[in-house]
Amino acid sequence: MITYLPENHLKVIAQVEARMGDRLLGREEKSHYHQFKVKGQDAKDLIRFLRDEPSLGFAMFIDITAVDYLKYPVAQPERFAVVYTLLSPELGVKAQVKAFVPDGDPRLPSITDLFAGANWTEREVWDLYGIEFMGHPDLKRILMPDDYEGHPLRKDYPLKGRGERGNFPVYHASTQRPKGEG
Amino acid sequence: MTGSTNDWTTTTLNTAINWARANSLWPMPFGTACCGIEMMATFMAKYDASRFGSEVMKFSPRQSDLLIVSGRISLKMMPVLQRIWEQMPEPKWCISMGACASSGGVFDTYTLIQGVDQFIPVDAYMPGCPPRPEAFLDALMMVQEKAKKGQAKSQEYVTSDGASDPAKSVAFRTPDTHYRHGVDRSTPQHAHHPVAAEAAGNPPRHPAADHAAPQAKT
Repeated sequence: MITYLPENHLKVIAQVEARMGDRLLGREEKSHYHQFKVKGQDAKDLIRFLRDEPSLGFAMFIDITAVDYLKYPVAQPERFAVVYTLLSPELGVKAQVKAFVPDGDPRLPSITDLFAGANWTEREVWDLYGIEFMGHPDLKRILMPDDYEGHPLRKDYPLKGRGERGNFPVYHASTQRPKGEG
Repeated sequence: MTGSTNDWTTTTLNTAINWARANSLWPMPFGTACCGIEMMATFMAKYDASRFGSEVMKFSPRQSDLLIVSGRISLKMMPVLQRIWEQMPEPKWCISMGACASSGGVFDTYTLIQGVDQFIPVDAYMPGCPPRPEAFLDALMMVQEKAKKGQAKSQEYVTSDGASDPAKSVAFRTPDTHYRHGVDRSTPQHAHHPVAAEAAGNPPRHPAADHAAPQAKT
């Protein structure tokens, strides 16, 4: 069982700030963890540091998700943000890395070589947001059908789709009997 | 030729066969969500659907004649459901259990089918979210009444597209040719956008056009 030790947050903040310097866009205190905001190209460096630094030891990968700030009222550095959550069993704290990715051709280096568990979650982010992870071993859709077009969790995607849900063969299409029957 | 012995024999035989079918409806459960739990409760000891001759829960469509769609059906699950419906032998009946299967329920989104009756014939609609087991038994008895009359929704209609077209029917797809990379987007089945669908010779279907209001009357 992992004990939550909030006093270790300061240790994490000091280490990350010393490492990233002015590449750190900002940090935010959440309820049980701290969130570090970086640019997309710096995210993997920071995650590798969090994992490999002996005094930190963020050895457990929790989750990857993404945010689309297209219609967000507060201005953000970029349109997309990919959010990585990590846990340090030694320190008993979580840390989040928020990597901002520009619109147009959103790309990030994959972290599957650091954490094997990131494989499917990166596929999910690719499927629903269209953010490409460079170096992923098998980047294909995981939730939507393979031949689906578009990335449905983007804010500019219509809520009711583009007619996909009405496009199947119909098994009771007509009450007209063909000629020669009954 | 009226009143002959043959007529009397065949009508009586039909009545006997329909009675036997109605009292041995073997369900093919298709539980995808919370309604599936209520369906399980119906088949357990307290509500005991075995009293209606439906105790044989067949998880193979080839030995069942009552499809129970209980739960929301997504874009990715609809071909599977249609395939199961095609594999069931005639005569067959279908119960649409709960709000999601009947109309999409509260999930009016890009990935949820807005009522399975748009694509497969449905004999009885069950309101509720989720319906209680009593509602399930009511629907089961409605289907029994239809079966005793020799009626089935699947026989009221003629399939004009889909089942008879190898390019579109799920029966002609195998697991190897279904969801696969590099799918042929020229077939109407993969033309998702309405404009692309028209270009491929498959006018987009408007569900409201030929879709009558759901009625559980038999």
